[in-house]
Amino acid sequence: MREFLLGKLNMQALPHEWFTIGGTLAFLTLALVAVIVITKLHRWKWLWNEWFTSVDPKKIGIMYFLVAGFMLLRGGLDAIMIWLQQALSSGSSHGYLSSDHFQQIFTAHGNIMVFFVAMAFIFGLINYIVPLQIGARDLASPFLNTLGFWLFVAGVIMVNMFFLFGGQYAATGWLAVAPLSGIQFSPGVGVDYWIWSLQISGVGTTLAAINFIMTILKMRAPGMTLRKLPLFTWGSLCSMVMAVTVFPLLTMTLFLMFFDRYFGAHFFTTTLGGNAMMYTNLIWMWGHPEVYILMLPSFGVFSEIVSTFSRKATASYFTNVAGMIGVSAFALSVWLHHFFTMGSSADVNAFFGLMTMIIAIPTSVLFFNWIATMYKGKIQFKTPMLWFLGFVGLFAVGGMAGVMLAIPPVDFQLHNSLFLVAHFHTMVVGGVLFGIFAGLSYWFPKIAGFRLNERIGKYAFWCWFIGFLMAFTPLYVLGLMGATRRLDHYGSSTGYQPFFIMAFIGGLVIMAGVVLQIVQILASVMQKRQLADTTGDPWDGRTLEWATASVPPSYNFTVIPEVSSRDAYLLMKQNGLPKSAYEDIHMPRNTAAGIYISAFAFLLGFGFVWHILLLIIVGLLGVIICVIRRTFNEDIEYTLKASEVEELEQERAKKARAKISDTAAGGTDEDMGLIEFIKTALKWVLDVIKNKRWRTW
Amino acid sequence: MVEHSSESHEEAANERVMFGFWVYLMTDLLMFAVLFAVYAVLHDNTVGGPTGRDLFSLPLALAETLILLTSSFTCGLAMIAARAGHKKQVLNWFGLTFILGLSFLGLELKEFTEFIHAGHTISTNAFFSSFFTLVGTHGLHITSGLLWMAITLIYVMKRGLTTHMVRKLTLLSLFWHFLDIVWIFIFTLVYLRAFV
Repeated sequence: MREFLLGKLNMQALPHEWFTIGGTLAFLTLALVAVIVITKLHRWKWLWNEWFTSVDPKKIGIMYFLVAGFMLLRGGLDAIMIWLQQALSSGSSHGYLSSDHFQQIFTAHGNIMVFFVAMAFIFGLINYIVPLQIGARDLASPFLNTLGFWLFVAGVIMVNMFFLFGGQYAATGWLAVAPLSGIQFSPGVGVDYWIWSLQISGVGTTLAAINFIMTILKMRAPGMTLRKLPLFTWGSLCSMVMAVTVFPLLTMTLFLMFFDRYFGAHFFTTTLGGNAMMYTNLIWMWGHPEVYILMLPSFGVFSEIVSTFSRKATASYFTNVAGMIGVSAFALSVWLHHFFTMGSSADVNAFFGLMTMIIAIPTSVLFFNWIATMYKGKIQFKTPMLWFLGFVGLFAVGGMAGVMLAIPPVDFQLHNSLFLVAHFHTMVVGGVLFGIFAGLSYWFPKIAGFRLNERIGKYAFWCWFIGFLMAFTPLYVLGLMGATRRLDHYGSSTGYQPFFIMAFIGGLVIMAGVVLQIVQILASVMQKRQLADTTGDPWDGRTLEWATASVPPSYNFTVIPEVSSRDAYLLMKQNGLPKSAYEDIHMPRNTAAGIYISAFAFLLGFGFVWHILLLIIVGLLGVIICVIRRTFNEDIEYTLKASEVEELEQERAKKARAKISDTAAGGTDEDMGLIEFIKTALKWVLDVIKNKRWRTW
Repeated sequence: MVEHSSESHEEAANERVMFGFWVYLMTDLLMFAVLFAVYAVLHDNTVGGPTGRDLFSLPLALAETLILLTSSFTCGLAMIAARAGHKKQVLNWFGLTFILGLSFLGLELKEFTEFIHAGHTISTNAFFSSFFTLVGTHGLHITSGLLWMAITLIYVMKRGLTTHMVRKLTLLSLFWHFLDIVWIFIFTLVYLRAFV
């Protein structure tokens, strides 16, 4: 009975170490504060109706951003802890972390940054921007979209659950390499948390990807052929096609690992015929394309930004698209370069080495394309453009390092060294994360209705860029000096320590960049009257997302635009905007089904982690029943009558006029600098304390 | 100006769902591809235990195959009836499909229980791990297909052959044929191959 109700859970699983107690307290405090604030403001109903159950991709996109931003801080804290340990732990000093704890931290850092930060930001951008760019009112299946988001949230919660129950995360590296991750060598629940957080969010990713493929291929505005598709949408399409190709492999591989651990199967074990190398192959068949799934939307973001801020059409649209398709095609046949050293024949290694080098060609095509777009353009150095230029430098360095690693004999020297760590961080931070930041600052006016503070944004960029070079250049050197990755201690005679200290300082500079980004957002909110975007088109944009108001209505476009060229909106601006005639609009109803299904999926996963039969049964039945109920619910849409649309539009026009006069009254002050921000913030805090303003909140 | 009449809206939605379901089927196929690859790698790793050749019964596998193929045929007839709007025929043909699917599942469970009673479980060795997982995953798909069929038929009885229901039946039949194709590969690569 105890087994049925509690499984392996017992008192020992509750937090009793400093980091689990700290983590639990931090999360509980945050949750408590959130609950109190929401309750005080009477916002529960609003939150549930307007946000949680919303099927509007714009709102879901914003929720992705918020979760991803929070997880960026969480994963960034892990990074600082890793850097600090490595800077301290030389010779007789062993730093402040045990080996086991250190291993859990770098595992969690990798998982969180890839799955719950990069993926989440990318999905947020795609959610918000793609429907606007293709002139669609909605996604092909709004329900699958909320389901995908809430499964992702369930995954986020699962990856942090170990603080509260179990006290240990996987200590196996971000891909849980077998047989280390098998039950024999990792008997705890850490790997099970790893399996189920990835499994649940991974299924969400597959569903979301299917949805976006349907949307992009079937819901474009009339006249928008694939040859006129904006480049961010092209990048997203390539990325989503890759996602549906490889995420099923991840799902199945995780199931096999789960069978090994739960039912004692022998897929990846060292005994009774299991084959651990098969795990390495399967997980990298997913793992390598995953990097490009993150990269391609970023390439798309850069293509849009370069064209907009160079005031020129993309130099050669077709080579740009061909480059993206080329990258996604080749990306599926390079996975073996992750384990050249692990006993494949020279011929096999040579093939995968060559494929890996070939993938540099379509990537370079994209590079030269961007440079050609800038050539003779009138370049405006706004923050999105700075992120792009930073990316160009870093990505060139990281890419060259990648081509070096693709040469099998060189790889035998550099395999598993910090050189590799430096390489992929240059790609993922310099490529993916800079792309995300560029995209967020570029589309921020569309999302929030006011643009971001340029001055503080530039400070943040330079902190990130310089901090990154300070933090990761030493790692290239250390790798060449023979320092292996995942090192929690090293001898003092190695001479590593100065480089590790340098890297730690670089990490602090990056952290300053993150703080400045938060300051940037706060400062922009303070000045939002001055920074307001009243036109819907703050950058003189070229694509359809700028054709609608900033903060678009829930139905995106009052009239679905007809497209006759690439850079559709640019042409519309030259030829005059179409007259608006109101029509009936079909809109999907909000639904909580995605939340319920994800909650039951979470219970199911938690039951499997702790072998709690009760939760497994409840979770499984819950998922099945909710899915059936949702599938046979036919009342999922409503129609906005043309007259209602007209009323809504008039109301919006009134608000927009008020905003314009408000902006004019706000004066034309410059973006505030840091000192002014601190002054204003201090003034506000003092005012709150003096007048006891919290009483009226 | 593009007209968005209610009917064309419905039709476009139909087309999107169909396309999306095809993409889903491809992702499912890739999951089976992993299992086939794993079986191909591990099927010889019997660690001295009995091999597939010692254990498999070809007549049983052939019977399963024929039953499943027939169920695909009856499913096809049911869809013809559905498009023609003959509710009673739809229920009858799908009813027959359901019974055939159930008997397939029964035969598969019979095979599994025999193996388990003889002491061959998923944890015996890598061969059995990959066998039970590949064939069992297909069986699980059949089970969910049957559940889906039963519930859809109940709704057909309640709501009649509306556009929505015909769409649901079409997706179901796609799923059912898809499982048939996967089974043909299992029959060939698991059962027949063991006797080559």
